[in-house]
Amino acid sequence: MELTRRNAIAMGAGALLIAGLPIRVSAAAEDAIAAFTGGAEVGAGDISLTAPEIAENGNTVPIEVSSDTAVEIMVLATGNPTPGVATFKFGKLAGSRAASTRIRLAGTQDVVAVAKLEDGSFVQASSTVKVTIGGCGG
Amino acid sequence: MASGVKPRVKVPKKAAAGESVTLKTLISHKMESGQRKDSDGNAIPRSIINRFTCEFNGESVIDVTMEPAISTNPYFEFEAMVPEAGEFKFTWYDDDGSVYEETKAIAIG
Repeated sequence: MELTRRNAIAMGAGALLIAGLPIRVSAAAEDAIAAFTGGAEVGAGDISLTAPEIAENGNTVPIEVSSDTAVEIMVLATGNPTPGVATFKFGKLAGSRAASTRIRLAGTQDVVAVAKLEDGSFVQASSTVKVTIGGCGG
Repeated sequence: MASGVKPRVKVPKKAAAGESVTLKTLISHKMESGQRKDSDGNAIPRSIINRFTCEFNGESVIDVTMEPAISTNPYFEFEAMVPEAGEFKFTWYDDDGSVYEETKAIAIG
């Protein structure tokens, strides 16, 4: 391809768009975390998120969250068109504060789990999953 | 309206009192995310199950709020405490207002 002024502008605009996308999406994830915690500080600690390092198919990625003292655990996929995945609320008869499920991931990204603990504090854990085939029909 | 929705749950037949048992649930549902497009380029409207709950004799075990990022045929695995003999009740709430229910009894032994 000949590098004309027009092409250069088009390429520049394309690069900006691609660079701009992840920033917008992670902002949506941050908003979701803020809505969940009510703006409280999120620390690290008693929470574990198990996800595969490499997922061949983004349509069904097995994950597991657990936290011994959690009341609620929210899972977010920061790179999806909408970051929300699921919120688990543990009731009185929960045998353990753990659950596993299968989720969709649009591409390689960080999966984040935020837990609300019994004492009202919040902790989070994240895990990067490499996705070979995206799962959001793009 | 989602068709062919069939819930399946796996609950042990009996447990010791106060023991925690592992429950596995799966419901066949296409979980249309609302992000896909059909061959004409029109967005396919979202149609998912947005909430799943499990109760034992009326007491809550788990309550899950689901978003479109949950896979087709949503699967959950979790543990429940069994203080006495009774019945587990599993409920799924669809976007279109349908409610799918399944119950399983468990004995103490």
